[in-house]
Amino acid sequence: MDPSKSRDSAESTRVIQFPNDVLERILSLIDSHRDRNAVSLVSKAWYNAERWTRRHVFIGNCYAVSPQIVARRFPNIRSVMLKGKPRFSDFNLVPPNWGADVHGWLAVFADQYPQLEELRLKRMTVTDESLKFLARKFHNFRVLSLLSCDGFSTDGLEAIATDCRHLTELDIQENGIDDISGNWLSCFPENFTSLEVLNFASLSSDVNFDALERLVSQCKSLKILKVNKSITLEQLQRLLVRAPQLTELGTGSFLQELTAHQYEELERAFIGCKYLDALSGLWEATTLYLPVLYPACTNLTFLNLSYAALQSEELAKLVAHCPRLQRLWVLDTVEDVGLEAVASSCPLLEELRVFPADPYDQDINRGVTESGFLAVSLGCRKLHYVLYFCRQMTNAAVARIVQNCPGFTHFRLCIMKPGQPDYLTNEPMDEGFGAVVKTCTNLRRLGVSGLLTDLTFEYIGRYAKNLETLSVAFAGGSDLGMKSILVGCPKLRKLEIRDCPFGNEALLSGLEKYESMRSLWMSACKVTLHGCKTLATQRPRLNVEVMKDEEIDDGQSYKVYVYRTVAGPRTDAPSFVQTLCS
Amino acid sequence: MEGSKSNGYGECDQANLKATELRLGLPGTEEEPPLKVESPSFNSRKRALADDAESVLQDGRKSTSGVPPPSKAPIVGWPPVRSYRKNIYSSPAEVAEGGAGAGYLKVSMDGAPYLRKVDLKTYKSYQELMESLENMFNITIGDCSDKGSDYAPTYEDKDGDWMLVGDVPWNMFTSTCKRLRIMRGGSRS
Repeated sequence: MDPSKSRDSAESTRVIQFPNDVLERILSLIDSHRDRNAVSLVSKAWYNAERWTRRHVFIGNCYAVSPQIVARRFPNIRSVMLKGKPRFSDFNLVPPNWGADVHGWLAVFADQYPQLEELRLKRMTVTDESLKFLARKFHNFRVLSLLSCDGFSTDGLEAIATDCRHLTELDIQENGIDDISGNWLSCFPENFTSLEVLNFASLSSDVNFDALERLVSQCKSLKILKVNKSITLEQLQRLLVRAPQLTELGTGSFLQELTAHQYEELERAFIGCKYLDALSGLWEATTLYLPVLYPACTNLTFLNLSYAALQSEELAKLVAHCPRLQRLWVLDTVEDVGLEAVASSCPLLEELRVFPADPYDQDINRGVTESGFLAVSLGCRKLHYVLYFCRQMTNAAVARIVQNCPGFTHFRLCIMKPGQPDYLTNEPMDEGFGAVVKTCTNLRRLGVSGLLTDLTFEYIGRYAKNLETLSVAFAGGSDLGMKSILVGCPKLRKLEIRDCPFGNEALLSGLEKYESMRSLWMSACKVTLHGCKTLATQRPRLNVEVMKDEEIDDGQSYKVYVYRTVAGPRTDAPSFVQTLCS
Repeated sequence: MEGSKSNGYGECDQANLKATELRLGLPGTEEEPPLKVESPSFNSRKRALADDAESVLQDGRKSTSGVPPPSKAPIVGWPPVRSYRKNIYSSPAEVAEGGAGAGYLKVSMDGAPYLRKVDLKTYKSYQELMESLENMFNITIGDCSDKGSDYAPTYEDKDGDWMLVGDVPWNMFTSTCKRLRIMRGGSRS
């Protein structure tokens, strides 16, 4: 700490005065940003000690604050996490070029945080120019993680690989990028040794295998390696023998014609992976090759099979070898039978995500049903996080599920056909979700679906006292529904709504609420420009952004995005985004 | 005063016309307008329904009036599956078939005018497959490695290479075989 920088010395005599050095030493041990936020509110002395010792800043909405404000308050930041677009942009509800461009932030950081080491971005726009700028300006840069971002190409990655001499982590996930070539991997310098995390699973271009092999051999601290589909089983074997210390592995394609000898070698390679606790990739995995994984599964806590269309028997055999599994992601090709096997083999399971293999085919009747979910709830009593895509559900099943597992913190149920009732009773799914909020007192995140009346929202408002995130689509009957939520859920931070009959009265019922929330999204609802303008007028510290909804022809429908901010209206809004002024 | 079945109205007009039209029939009932397939008009149709077609359930609760009418039209962003996942499912049939060991495959034989099809799943071994092919083409292949036979069964694998049938274990063969070709006499070398 540089003692010559000015500090606020007007301290209350009631507060025990630690010498600043001691206070800062203590506070530098606190990592959680929520704890730090709390610390900063104690007194001016603590506020200052906290701001000087903060190394990592988390910004949940890049427009809630400006980079200048951040830099002014926190002089010593080394690590930044930034989130940009509203979550519904993942589902194409936000037009391209909406914003959340990281470049403005990088420009300020280059000036104020030249020692920046880590940058984690989610749903931001990142151009190749930004990546090149990053690589050039930050000489101590170590960690780059890009999740659900867009705007860049593999050319930008070349700059990172070439110039970031101390890079320890390169994590590229699920981005909308221009995958021009795999040449970027060959851009790491010859003597490069620092990589600990490398994830390029979602890129499709072939990489130079020799370069990858050399990289893996040289980086002795490599712990997490997730390759892409172009890497074959034979190549995987060669990588594994060079990196037996891996704790997380994402394989490439899991289908290749191997000789008996090659098969044995692959088996041995997996036997050598004694430290694996997470496994993913497994494209095209079949009965034939899954057995090579078995020896490596003993200590597995996370298994991501969401790219492998396994049948129920294949899954059953695999999870029989995974007794310590805590998190499982699968495709619904495993069906209820597969989930039953999970229920009996994985008693420690805490998280289950079942993705639809055929989400857009409305005619098929395959996949998972309420009985698979029920089976898992019976066998896995520690279950607290579920994301479940299905084509049928009943209130009774949901009620029993939460009775078996009352500890749910995240309950995201997606009955894929909008507005579908309980398929046995033909009733709305009100009582099912009612049971969820009544029973699961620790519920923080809820995703509802199916035919729902205002009663569901009445229940949520009345019982979901710890709810922070709510996602609603094709549901509700009147403004009363949304009002119940806004009036009832004290900890609500993120509310996203689409295709519901909630209008201006509902929108304005949240006047007292929105400043304590991160954001509100409403699209294809019944709010009008007038309602939004009223909101903007009454709450100048909110940004009320509207976009004409191109999907709806009546010319009066808007997508509304409301969020609190200390940075004022944004200066980079494209022409199709209108910030309503007070 | 044409009702909802008229085709002459633009989308924007339809909602207004509905509000002012004189009809016979009980208030609160609404004829389903003809459904269109394209998304934009689908949604505006949905909007029109939302205004008028609110039904009241037995105990007085209002049912959702935001629900789109049953239709095959795709809804933007629904189900909420992220874009990158959509690309994975571009050919789910292929993935499933490859995994299960292939469905019907084409079989050609040098000199034969027609191709045939076999379903590898119906065989449990090379022997069964060979017997079936012999019957189909009325030839003798014998043992796959039989040097005496005029015919050599070959197959195209996943990588596009032509391989001699019989080298790899049966299960591996069925999962990588894309098509079969029975080569004849001098064409082998």
